[in-house]
Amino acid sequence: MADKQDDDAMYTINEGDYVVLKRGDIFKAVQIQSRKKMAFEKQWFFLDNAVGHLYGTTFEILPGGSLQPQKQKDALSSTDAMEAGTDNRNIVDDGKSQKLTRDDIETLKEQGLKGQEIIQQLIDNSSTFRDKTEYAQDKYIKKKKKKYESTVSILKPTCRILALMYHGREPGKICHLRYDTLAQMLTLANIHAGSKVLVFETCAGLVLGAVMERMGGYGSVIQMYPGGGPVRAGVESFGFPPPFHDTLHDFPICQVNALLAGTLDTSAKDPNTDATHPHVAAEETATQPATVQRDGPEEASMDTNASGHCGDQRVDEERERGKEAKAELKRAKQEQRRKRLEAAAAQLEGRNADGLVIASRFHPCPVLMSLLRFLAPSRPFVVYSQYKEPLVDCFTKLKEQGGTVNLRLTDTWLRHYQVLPNRTHPVLLMSGGGGYLLSGTTVATEQSAPATSAADLSQEPAPKRLKASES
Amino acid sequence: MSFVEYSDIIQDGDVAIVYLGHDSMMPIKVQHGAQTQTRYGAIRHSTDLIGQRYGLKVTCTKGGWVHVLHPTPELWTVTLPHRTQILYTTDISVITMMLELKPGSVVCESGTGSGSLSHAILRTVAPTGHLHTVEFHQQRAEKAAEEFREHRVDHLVTVRNQDVCKEGFGVTGVADAVFLDIPSPWEAVGHAKAAMKRHGGRVCSFSPCIEQVQRTCEALAKHSFQEISTMEVLLRTHDVRTVSLPLPDFGPDDTAQKKETPSKQAVFMLKTTTPPREIPGHTGYLTFATKPRT
Repeated sequence: MADKQDDDAMYTINEGDYVVLKRGDIFKAVQIQSRKKMAFEKQWFFLDNAVGHLYGTTFEILPGGSLQPQKQKDALSSTDAMEAGTDNRNIVDDGKSQKLTRDDIETLKEQGLKGQEIIQQLIDNSSTFRDKTEYAQDKYIKKKKKKYESTVSILKPTCRILALMYHGREPGKICHLRYDTLAQMLTLANIHAGSKVLVFETCAGLVLGAVMERMGGYGSVIQMYPGGGPVRAGVESFGFPPPFHDTLHDFPICQVNALLAGTLDTSAKDPNTDATHPHVAAEETATQPATVQRDGPEEASMDTNASGHCGDQRVDEERERGKEAKAELKRAKQEQRRKRLEAAAAQLEGRNADGLVIASRFHPCPVLMSLLRFLAPSRPFVVYSQYKEPLVDCFTKLKEQGGTVNLRLTDTWLRHYQVLPNRTHPVLLMSGGGGYLLSGTTVATEQSAPATSAADLSQEPAPKRLKASES
Repeated sequence: MSFVEYSDIIQDGDVAIVYLGHDSMMPIKVQHGAQTQTRYGAIRHSTDLIGQRYGLKVTCTKGGWVHVLHPTPELWTVTLPHRTQILYTTDISVITMMLELKPGSVVCESGTGSGSLSHAILRTVAPTGHLHTVEFHQQRAEKAAEEFREHRVDHLVTVRNQDVCKEGFGVTGVADAVFLDIPSPWEAVGHAKAAMKRHGGRVCSFSPCIEQVQRTCEALAKHSFQEISTMEVLLRTHDVRTVSLPLPDFGPDDTAQKKETPSKQAVFMLKTTTPPREIPGHTGYLTFATKPRT
């Protein structure tokens, strides 16, 4: 079963696409816009030439900023012909071994020499290069390549790439959530197609996007948000197809109590009695008679012109129409918002969500205790926190309240390795921390409070449990 | 019930997870008339389980109680019968994300082993993806196929009983991702490449020994794989405890005010976490790479 030629369409870069630029281990999420100058890793270029090529292509940045697909790698990497030394006992690091000066290198760059050629020049003008060991030469060349080869790859965005990017570039925006911790969250919460997942996050939309990617457009995701509106900048970077957004709902946290109490009213209101927007209501009543004549604005203006009314009246009428249009827009937006609220409330009311994911800068305890009530029994939940203590609080509260089992407070330790012949070892720098997770599963809650002793709170449950004396 | 879709009511033929207490769970096959013995007594399937909601609390015949949970790949991983050493959720999570698995992905895996990772993959690629899994041990291959049927995921998976190093995965040009957990993964790299889509994809090899990792990385580079990266991930659990630390008595303090805290308070209560005495320090190295377009 080989791919057909037309499958290429799925893998082709198009104008307007959300992509990720890559150079070495540095990533940047951008949108392909013609004639827009991109700044990335001290290089400036235009993405225009990338359109039509396949994702994954590596481009060379030509002087002038245009892109050109890179040809096959040349044999600079093969160093078997070069002579090498055995160790560094006679190599003195006095900073004088490179004969080319910064200005010389600049001149070479201006002459249009490719990265590879510059590196060859550097090697030729280094007095110590041939004394270095083979491995040291290898390392030297790799280092120079990183500095002088001006290439950039264009990748299709995925959760993996964006998680790596955010963690490397702007960890503060994602509460320092490391990518392996995010990976744990998605699996522990059993995110899969067809489920109904609640998400509360302040990670620029990365967590939300990751959840959506794992749902594949099936099922529904309800984003609970603090403040005035949901923040979803990160979701855009995933480049989801439009149907995915139909599965995404949002619901303001400030209405959760009302929803739980059953007092949330999402029905359409008569604009005249809309108490929350008194001034808008007033404006609407003022313009309402005018809106009746909306079907004939052209006629009205023609009439005005034809009848040759004085300038003042014309200006007044135009102002009226302007106000009308604004009020209409406002009403339409409000109606849209109301519909969204209604749809989200309908999803939540059944209290049968399949999963809960929390990752924010807010103290997780109240968020967790409140949103757990929307989960069906026997469903997983995961809470992320940059710090351990808030999760200890959550753990304690959950044990007191009951209704959850399998509570686990964990974090993951991640280490990268350099794997090269005779040079394999863990990489020198390691991530200090990637945040903590509290995970568990809901169970059916009973009317009477579960009989927990003080011992249960601090230790593993006693091996023999007697029948609870339920009143 | 299925491992790729939730349901609310327990039915005859379901696989359910009985939660007995912290770190104590077991899988059961729900059957009319059957009974499951636990340390708290017996669970009678017909009266206690069938028709009830998942998540319910069941009081067993001896008086103690348990909870009955809907199965998930994560619960299965910690309760499944081991035929081989298995992969645990920590590694599985990283593999899933780094291989970019999602609904619709086509994945090739070898060896199937006890099916721990297989179930997690199936959950992630459902409903439109597929898993081609290869196991060279005949009984293990048969047992895996049987379990996939019982868990109502067999429509998403094809089990092949063959040697991946010699015969490959049985398919070519279809996979978005390939996973290898075999003694000599470098011998299967070529087959992995052939199984993958022409457009490219991701590959992962899991090996406990660094020598295996070295040979695999070499083979990947030879086959023009890119972005070769090796890592390991370990889970650290924090057990929440309330600890009381005694305060020593330094004798009466004359300079102190009369309103001192009574000397009866010889203890400081502290809510903290402690690590378990021993933790898994190594499972295996994970090597990932990208196959470019060919």
